[in-house]
Amino acid sequence: MLALRLAIKNLLGAGLRTWLTAGVLSIAFVVMVFYHGLLDGWNLQARNDTREWEIGGGQYWHPSYDRFDPFSLQDAHAPLSPQARELTAAGRIVPVLITQATAYPDGRMVNLLLRGIPAGQQILSLPTACLAADSVEIPALIGRRMAAALRLQPGDALLLRWRDVHGVFDAREVTIVDIFKANIPSIDQGQIWLPLDKVQEMTGMADEATLLVTARDLPPVPLAGWTFKDPDFLLKEFTEIIESKKAGSAIVYGTMLAIALLAIFDSQVLSIFRRRREIGTYMALGMTRGQVIRLFTVEGAAHSLFALLLASIYGLPLLHWLGTHGISMPEVADATGMTIGDKMLPVYSAGMVLFSVTVVILSTAVVSYLPARRIARLKPTEALRGKIQ
Amino acid sequence: MENQTIIDIRELVKRFPIGDGTFTALRGITLSFEKGEFAGLVGPSGSGKTTLLNIIGSLDAPSAGSVIVLGKEVARLSHHESAALRNHHIGFIFQTYNLLPVFTVYDNVEFPLLLQKGSAAARKKAVMEALEWVGLAEKAQSRPAQLSGGECQRVSIARAMVKRPQLVLADEPSANLDADNSHHILRTMKRLNRELGTTFIFATHDEKVMRYLDRIIGLEDGRVARDERIENAAEGDHPPASGEAGRSELPGEEDYARP
Repeated sequence: MLALRLAIKNLLGAGLRTWLTAGVLSIAFVVMVFYHGLLDGWNLQARNDTREWEIGGGQYWHPSYDRFDPFSLQDAHAPLSPQARELTAAGRIVPVLITQATAYPDGRMVNLLLRGIPAGQQILSLPTACLAADSVEIPALIGRRMAAALRLQPGDALLLRWRDVHGVFDAREVTIVDIFKANIPSIDQGQIWLPLDKVQEMTGMADEATLLVTARDLPPVPLAGWTFKDPDFLLKEFTEIIESKKAGSAIVYGTMLAIALLAIFDSQVLSIFRRRREIGTYMALGMTRGQVIRLFTVEGAAHSLFALLLASIYGLPLLHWLGTHGISMPEVADATGMTIGDKMLPVYSAGMVLFSVTVVILSTAVVSYLPARRIARLKPTEALRGKIQ
Repeated sequence: MENQTIIDIRELVKRFPIGDGTFTALRGITLSFEKGEFAGLVGPSGSGKTTLLNIIGSLDAPSAGSVIVLGKEVARLSHHESAALRNHHIGFIFQTYNLLPVFTVYDNVEFPLLLQKGSAAARKKAVMEALEWVGLAEKAQSRPAQLSGGECQRVSIARAMVKRPQLVLADEPSANLDADNSHHILRTMKRLNRELGTTFIFATHDEKVMRYLDRIIGLEDGRVARDERIENAAEGDHPPASGEAGRSELPGEEDYARP
């Protein structure tokens, strides 16, 4: 307590120098919390959206299916087992049949994935009800990114060519009945959604599917001939992207933190240089060298308390505002191919704030301790005379 | 006053390394001090006064010989033990006051007590008492920058006395003060010496200080050149009223002249 009390008095006595250092440190702290919150918010939002729109409570995959290898689709299909059919009928899973196809919009040729999904499914947020339209022969649903890329509007016809189960090419015209808006590029870019029964009929894969999407509350059960992939596995790549983004953002706030820590280090070196007589006085009054070192370490580390105080004054309202209003993302963000909402809403968890506080306090304590160690080599008599050793 | 040796110095030698060689600051000093003495180490600059004072205060260690302070052999004390000895039993008064500038007068005086274990109430009582002794109770909340040199040195005396030490070491306490303030702080210290039985040892070459000393130890080139007891040294003052400046009560120079 004595060290802290003395440290705070000394820091307040140092005036502007203390507040400038604490100010930079507080910015580093706020930026650290903001970046972490932003990435955590993005992660949370993207995971929720992906589960809502694409993966539900997990997916059962055909053993040959590889989502990163379109050629695996040729073999990755199998008839639904009676158990799977039962679950489908109960609305607990949604079968999806995927095959490669080529579209010819305006005379261009575009490779895409043809996805068959039951029009009446309720598990995913995809507006598949429109696929039940009987006014057109083959209704098709696409996302806004796909619509923009192919310049398609609802009601437009699109020529598709695909190969059936025997490898025979066939072609039909489909009609775009709706364009959905989702933050998930993997269900939008290069994808076209058709009624499952149509795709099964077009490919000659009656009653077959490539994967089965489960309801979010369905506990994983073994399904013969299918491999269950949980959401963590399905979101693994996205999680890795977030982690790499976090590492990248650490460079930004790490630089600011480093500037503040350098200022504290310099202040400490200067303090020990200028306050030798004071150090000698402490020793003469009965402080041990260890106590004096602790005093100077606490004094340096106390910058972080001032920084937290400053950060709470301007940072709390700012972070709260950002957390409630979010940050609008530009249209170009869609082109990144990553799941990004129109607005990113930072999410601040107690653990993350505690982590940031700990990083700031510990790092200031370390940079304060390093120069303070020199006090151990000071002789009290020399210190009292203000001599440099 | 009972005769009780509180400092016993035998054949003390202190050498300092200088370049490739050494400089011998103290050459075989043998001295002892009784409880309640008001003694001074006098001599020109470089005679070894401050070095001897530092070793007695366990701020420095002897190169050879023995120094026993309050029953403890200074050379054998660990850092912690010498810090504890200084904190509990030895008060220091410095030429440049060495007050902590960011602290108030009260905080400065309280500081040595904060290093000890004691209640806040006991600390407050001791601090206010010490400030009363030096007549600065009303300036308890002032900061050192708001005080005159004489007042700063009186705060320094209060800080040295607040823990009721057995020994106070004062290194040129009057060097930065004018004559009036010098007399005032010396009278204060003399009074505390008389009333509390605290042993005071000064390092000085100030004639004004010498007039108050009961014992003068002359040092020359690190040796004791003379050790003289003074029978009729100048006396201390009466306790000043709280906050009252000492100057108005000060006697003229002639009052301090030795008979």
